Amino acid sequence: MESQIILLIFILVLSIFLGVELITKVPSTLHTPLMSGANAISGITLVGALLSSGSSEAITIALGTAAVFFASINVVGGYLVTNRMLSMFKKK
Amino acid sequence: MDITILVNLSYIAASILFIVGLKMLGSPDTARKGNFLSSSGMLLAVLITLLDQNIVDYKYIAGALVAGSIVGYFAATKVKMTSMPEMVAIFNGFGGIASLLVGSAEYVSGTFDNPAFLGAIFLTVLIGGVTFTGSIVAYGKLSEVISGRPFLYKGQQFVNGLLVLSVLAVGANMLFIQGFISAEQTLILLLALAFLLGILFVVPIGGADMPVVIALLNSFSGLAACAAGFVILNNVLIVAGALVGASGLILTNIMCKAMNRSLANVLFSGFGAVTDSSNESSQEQGEVKPITAEDAYLILEAASSVLIVPGYGMAVAQAQHAVRELGELLEANGAEVKYAIHPVAGRMPGHMNVLLAEANVSYDVLVEPDDVNPIMETVDVCMVIGANDVVNPDAKDNDSSPIYGMPIIEVDNSKTVFVLKRSMASGFAGIQNPLFFKPNTRMLFGDAKETVSTLVSEFKA
Repeated sequence: MESQIILLIFILVLSIFLGVELITKVPSTLHTPLMSGANAISGITLVGALLSSGSSEAITIALGTAAVFFASINVVGGYLVTNRMLSMFKKK
Repeated sequence: MDITILVNLSYIAASILFIVGLKMLGSPDTARKGNFLSSSGMLLAVLITLLDQNIVDYKYIAGALVAGSIVGYFAATKVKMTSMPEMVAIFNGFGGIASLLVGSAEYVSGTFDNPAFLGAIFLTVLIGGVTFTGSIVAYGKLSEVISGRPFLYKGQQFVNGLLVLSVLAVGANMLFIQGFISAEQTLILLLALAFLLGILFVVPIGGADMPVVIALLNSFSGLAACAAGFVILNNVLIVAGALVGASGLILTNIMCKAMNRSLANVLFSGFGAVTDSSNESSQEQGEVKPITAEDAYLILEAASSVLIVPGYGMAVAQAQHAVRELGELLEANGAEVKYAIHPVAGRMPGHMNVLLAEANVSYDVLVEPDDVNPIMETVDVCMVIGANDVVNPDAKDNDSSPIYGMPIIEVDNSKTVFVLKRSMASGFAGIQNPLFFKPNTRMLFGDAKETVSTLVSEFKA
């Protein structure tokens, strides 16, 4: 358990540095799509929600199902609106 | 092959797709493909999770997935580009509450002995709850359902301090004491405190500072997902959550720098509520020189370089399409046309760029203040449309100005400045703008859309 948590913290730290490197390269023109796209990615919590929603305990199912609902709005809406915005960026 | 190995390999693949997708967002040419890759990663992660053998019943999952997707689809396809900040705000809130619910579900069904596990649940619920109610308030302020004025009251610091202490006490009970109050009571108390904290965190912040707030809440929604990753010991949640957390923090920092203010100042000072010293600089004002659209046309017709400086006022007047048409006519007339976009020009980072892209302005003519300020002397005409504070020379000349030190677009250094403005009313926080009184400034009073349309018809005549 402890070693697993240390490993996850290791992943967390590396991911933050990677994120900073990646995001600082995004030009200000694309900051709004970046934000809505990142927003969609934060809907990854959907993965956890699916597992809770599929459990056998009533209270867990209720909470998990609500989580699936909100997270899927976030994911579907986030990616679609990002795509819609990016399709408007054109070069002459 | 063991199913858990397959699942974990797929999570690695999903993480790679998120990372490459974000990398491709670094250029407008590849951004759309990047978004597609990122969404493929999400689809992969979701599909592979559905293979999990611990899932006993799919009907609730299916129902919630379909319902959420439908809501998301309509929200994404119907939203107006001017309302994008509201939409991102509310979506941040949905991400937050989803993580909160996942954390809560684990708490009510899980084992309670490991402090690391309980600490992760505590953070998930706390960050998720703050993100949720904070985003709802931000949404309300942006859509003007509630007043955008900063709300300050006596003893605010005290109340906030008390709240933070209460949160810590509940956390201590959850992690170490256990049994002082029951697990259910602890969770409900934590939820209530997190929700209250989110509200009290955003309510004091003025509408003009919402770009910083939604960037910060964006970061929080990622951190909540990250914390949820520690609850269910899932690495893809941690990677994806950390990427979003970093992204939101960088955008927050960029917005603060563009306003020359610290994050603490944005969050706790209630900017705009107390600045009532607007008449201090009135002694140095000169004469305002109005100009008609017809005369402005003659100057524009002779110009060989034109810089358009749009502000949110342009979007409010729905003038961006007329502006794009004017830009094209100026180019056809032989002038070089650029658009200078200040980071705080819209209501969220990059908002103005999206509004101009929607009006078919090519993204390669959009430039940043640092690109144009050094060559400002060579610009024949600057057209300031619905912008005010971002072109205020007081930001560099007057150290008693509330915006002193803020990076601006130095339009006053160009040969001629046209300011399109409805009236002489000052911008947000009531700061006077000496630009209007400079000898090279001409005021084009009236509705921005009508003024630009008149210029367009003059060119066509």
